Amino acid sequence: MGTPSGRSTAGRIGVHLAVLFFVAVWTIPTLGILVSSLRDKDQIIASGWWSAFTGSAQTEAGRLAPASAQQEKDGKFVIAGNLFETPGEREVTAFGTRVQAPSDYEAGSVAELKDGVTLQVNADGSYVLASPKAFEGDRGQRVYYAVTAPPRFTTENYETVLFSEGIGRSFINSLTVTVPATIIPIMVAAFAAYALAWMRFPGRALIIAVIIGLLVVPLQMALIPLLQLYNGVGAFFGVPSKTYLGIWLAHTGFGLPFAIYLLRSYMAGLPRELMESARMDGASDFEIFIKIVLPLSLPVLASFAIFQFLWVWNDLLVAMVFLGSGADQLVLTGKLNALLGSRGGDWEILTTSAFVTIIVPLIVFFSLQRYFVRGLLAGSVKGG
Amino acid sequence: MAAQILSAIIVIIVGVGGCVAYFWGANKVLDLIFPSRGVKGEKAIDNLRKQAMIRPWLFIGPAMLVLVVYLIYPVIQTVYLSFHDRSGENFVGLSNYAWAFGDREFRSSILNNLLWLLVVPAACTFFGLIIAVLTDRIWWGAIAKSLIFLPLAISFVGASVIWKFIYEYRDAGQTQIGVLNAIVQALGGNPQFWISLPFWNNFFLMVILIWIQTGFAMVILSAALRGIPEETIEAAVIDGASPFQIFWKIMVPQIWGTIAVVWTTITILVLKVFDIVLTMTNGQWNSQVLANLMFDWMFRGGGDFGRGATIAVIIMLAVLPIMIWNIRQANRETGGH
Repeated sequence: MGTPSGRSTAGRIGVHLAVLFFVAVWTIPTLGILVSSLRDKDQIIASGWWSAFTGSAQTEAGRLAPASAQQEKDGKFVIAGNLFETPGEREVTAFGTRVQAPSDYEAGSVAELKDGVTLQVNADGSYVLASPKAFEGDRGQRVYYAVTAPPRFTTENYETVLFSEGIGRSFINSLTVTVPATIIPIMVAAFAAYALAWMRFPGRALIIAVIIGLLVVPLQMALIPLLQLYNGVGAFFGVPSKTYLGIWLAHTGFGLPFAIYLLRSYMAGLPRELMESARMDGASDFEIFIKIVLPLSLPVLASFAIFQFLWVWNDLLVAMVFLGSGADQLVLTGKLNALLGSRGGDWEILTTSAFVTIIVPLIVFFSLQRYFVRGLLAGSVKGG
Repeated sequence: MAAQILSAIIVIIVGVGGCVAYFWGANKVLDLIFPSRGVKGEKAIDNLRKQAMIRPWLFIGPAMLVLVVYLIYPVIQTVYLSFHDRSGENFVGLSNYAWAFGDREFRSSILNNLLWLLVVPAACTFFGLIIAVLTDRIWWGAIAKSLIFLPLAISFVGASVIWKFIYEYRDAGQTQIGVLNAIVQALGGNPQFWISLPFWNNFFLMVILIWIQTGFAMVILSAALRGIPEETIEAAVIDGASPFQIFWKIMVPQIWGTIAVVWTTITILVLKVFDIVLTMTNGQWNSQVLANLMFDWMFRGGGDFGRGATIAVIIMLAVLPIMIWNIRQANRETGGH
């Protein structure tokens, strides 16, 4: 663009800052679930994900060793030990003996308890409880302490959701739905698009108009009659009405207007001389299509394939209507929706599952962004 | 599971093979019935003419069949069902429509949908335009655009989980793990259960769609901005126009057509918004919208097809002006072809 990019330095810096702001707002939400999905599940609820790299602080309660562990030393009775089962991982910052004031004393200091009893808790968790009189009772002294845990990252959440929460199975189901539902419409649409672009027959203009009209028909208009139809067919032949075949065909139908529209406008732009010289050489329409038009249309076929793949993979509505909710048919989006209901507060499950569902679209998107953008431009600038 | 994968692979092979076999076979059969080679004179010309008449329908046939079964028939049937009772058998005239406009939940859905329609397309277009203009001026603009574009690949359900985590609420005084409440608490405010605040919760749901769709608006508008002739901008610079004047008076008027396309595309999307509301609130706390209400009636109490169809028809009526405009526009463009 020929605009003077900010006449002053201040203006230029302003542009950089503004873009940085937008980029931050648009990426931080996704970053949040990525970071959370890799965190330890106790840390997720203890601190915000943005503090994942600085360690998290939390208050815990514990008991010191019971009176039976006491030893007499220099006329005093002493109980010594460590609060942590595995010392060295975490650090005590403060401690106390009352729940109302769990961090009364700094780590390393000596707390004066009643009857001359003293307690010292060090940062590494080791403690010394000392008393002029012998300790009694078989339950140890209660203590509260604030600990900071170093950041702990783990792939445990991924193992959990993939193998015991059913996300792995849903991943396979999603692939089962998506791949055929992407490939089938391409073939059907390509032939129709060629006919609409390069063959002359009565009613062609009307068919094009109908397809452009169908582009914007809300999916909601099709759901109830198709549900009835599927139930009817299922009952008539005594087969289940919710099948993979059913959803493949449904996605084919819903994707077809856009496919035909996109491919037709691309094919119509191919040079006319190419077709005519081939026809002079005696090639039939079938041969022209297979040998000339199809190879030339590969970029636009790729664009449509990406669109259809993303649309089917990300779809929830069609899957909820035409597939069952059993483990053998629940796709990722449906599974995630079910988890939101049943595991509402378990963020380690939700963030990890969400990341598993979005990883495939993100890979497709990043590796094929060029075709995606091209299709977006071709598909919307003309039609909408 | 293995059987399922196997059946998917078989379907791909059978489906693709079937398509190829159909198109190739139909073409061969046509050649056999009306041979153009090996016959002479009038007969050959006649056969060629017949082939040219039939072949387009062989090419377009499968697509037509699928479109009729999966879109055209259902649209007609939905309109028919909207005049019938819950089982779809007894004609009830306009009483479904009368019910709809008397129903509190339906009216609240309409109002919420209107709110969505006012805010989301405007916000997406506005942010998309600003980002497109700004990123064109800096060296790392392509990376920035690609990152802002990224949410477009994320499903609505995935995006809902992402934003639910941002809106996560804990009681005041506790450590907040949701970004929004953490910021509010750090600034001295009271944490809120955002998605349950009537009226305002609509906006918290809209943010999700805006977050997803801004990238779309940005890409389309960015391409349109690049198409603006440089001379017009250079002339304005020579005349001493400020950057803001150049933006509003030179650039924006030249891309009105594209802005309209972006706006209408997002408008259609907004009318169909379903996943976000279902997963975030399922219509609770007065956040219901038409598409989710329709889904609800499809299955509520065994399913009321009459009322569900009625709500679908009302969504369709809202799309209709855009559809007609599109068809007229396309006819004008393809008229010469």
